[in-house]
Amino acid sequence: MIHAEGVRKRFGTTEALRGVDLDVPGGSVCGLLGPNGAGKTTMVRVLTTLVRPDGGSARVAGCDVVRDAERLRYRIGLAGQHAAVDELLTGRRNLELFGRLYHLPRRTARRRAEELLERFGLTEAAGRPVRTYSGGMRRRLDLAASLIVAPPVLFMDEPTTGLDPRSRLALWDVLRELVAEGTTLLLTTQYLDEADHLADRIAVMDAGRVVASGSPSALKAKVGGDRVSVVFREAGDVAPGVEAVRRVLPGEPEIDHAGRRLVAPVSDGAASLVRVAAALDAAGVGVEDLGLRRPTLDEVFLALTDAPAREKEAA
Amino acid sequence: MITVTPPRTKAERLRWALSDTFVIAGRSYSQLRAQPGQLAAELVAPVIMTVLFGYVFGSAISLPGGGDYRNYLMPGVFMQVMALSAVAAATSVAEDMARGIIDRFRAQPIARGALLAGRSLADLSKDWLSLAMMAVCGLLIAGWRPHGTPLETLAGFALLALFGYAMIWLGTYIGLFVKSGAQADAATFGWLFPMTFLANAFVPLEGLPGWLRAIADWNPMSAVVSAARELFGNPGSAAASWPLRHPVTASLCWSLLIIAVFGPLAVRRYRTATSR
Repeated sequence: MIHAEGVRKRFGTTEALRGVDLDVPGGSVCGLLGPNGAGKTTMVRVLTTLVRPDGGSARVAGCDVVRDAERLRYRIGLAGQHAAVDELLTGRRNLELFGRLYHLPRRTARRRAEELLERFGLTEAAGRPVRTYSGGMRRRLDLAASLIVAPPVLFMDEPTTGLDPRSRLALWDVLRELVAEGTTLLLTTQYLDEADHLADRIAVMDAGRVVASGSPSALKAKVGGDRVSVVFREAGDVAPGVEAVRRVLPGEPEIDHAGRRLVAPVSDGAASLVRVAAALDAAGVGVEDLGLRRPTLDEVFLALTDAPAREKEAA
Repeated sequence: MITVTPPRTKAERLRWALSDTFVIAGRSYSQLRAQPGQLAAELVAPVIMTVLFGYVFGSAISLPGGGDYRNYLMPGVFMQVMALSAVAAATSVAEDMARGIIDRFRAQPIARGALLAGRSLADLSKDWLSLAMMAVCGLLIAGWRPHGTPLETLAGFALLALFGYAMIWLGTYIGLFVKSGAQADAATFGWLFPMTFLANAFVPLEGLPGWLRAIADWNPMSAVVSAARELFGNPGSAAASWPLRHPVTASLCWSLLIIAVFGPLAVRRYRTATSR
């Protein structure tokens, strides 16, 4: 449904995109992850015909983003970083306006506006100017506006930035429903749990390139398997505790003395956890917390994008 | 499920371009209705200008060559308000850009140029409203009297509105370059307001030093003011330069030239502009 090859874009002296390849099958969700300035937004703008690429090619819903731009605009919905709705107009008037600009007859535009207001729980607020809406309501109205023609492909640029947790979960539900109905969704996000929850595939972008892509679990596996983590009760427990763990685990643990914490990579999961627990108990070491955990997407992200190194470079 | 299809024929394409233009203009009218205070504020400024200049200065200043200063002045005030319609146009387009709403419009299948054309028409109707308010205040309070035929008077207002329309396109073009409404205001009002004084709007040009006079003689604003004075039958001052000797032709040419240059430039800029 979305297919991009070697997309390049330069703004002045900065190379925003240095050859991005992307492949999103129909009906799936692709999460575009990356630090600020990685080129996520530029990529979305290329795919939604807002920015002309300098090189490479991209097709969305069977249309070339440059040559068939006009035709493509009937098949996509875009919800950008700002809630791009008119503050002065009412919610209802906003949706009617955007519907009319898709060349819907007046009556159809009106009916569609009511349907969308209903679906996004905005019927009550429909007659109020948007400037009186909360952040979550604006986002929902913005999303509604991008769904007027029920586009086969939907682009969302950081859809939940600035939303409270409840609105965020509500928005996720709506997005899941849309995908269940067959919409292809490409979303950019800085929240890794969002990509983890919603995306079938994740493409991690850094400095204008896709540096890794795959399913969330495949990406996590790339960074490594499970870890055992121990938090000791007192500072005096750390030294004997580390000693005890070393005796039962082959790998070299990471130790954080100030946090009284130990993290060790393990290959056989739960069995290692049992061995560590037994060893600590036998040594009589005070333990506050003990657990087995998978790498988080945050760790994947940091490992792949190497953010600290780049910050140093910039400074 | 709602599906829409792209236009198939030239006629359909044209119909949609017109429809888009009117839908966008309708948006501007809804915005005005949503904030009557804003509209009132925009209309109060021209009225204050009319009363302030006409009543306060008008009673104290006399023209070098004779003639009533208030009647001399009113066309100048009208022109100044038309010139400043660039400020509102620039501000509102810059605010739309900053809010990202332009991105939404551009990702929709809207006819090329319809967005700007629709806005400009809505702004133009505001200009007519300002002209009407000023004319009424001029007649009732400031003692302004047009002496031409009704048709000439109407033609005078039409020339002023055409100049206003040209300035709307200039303002729109500038508004597409700046990053906020406040910047748009500075990038238009900052030089347009002084420019209205470098013209024959408020003082006859005879007293100016030579180089300054040359600028004022060729300032498009001077041509517009002279043309309005001629059509209203209001007193003018001696004309030395070609544009001021043929003010109606000159002001028509200036306005059409500005539209012909900045209209297409603005549309092109709009199509490639990004919100950051």
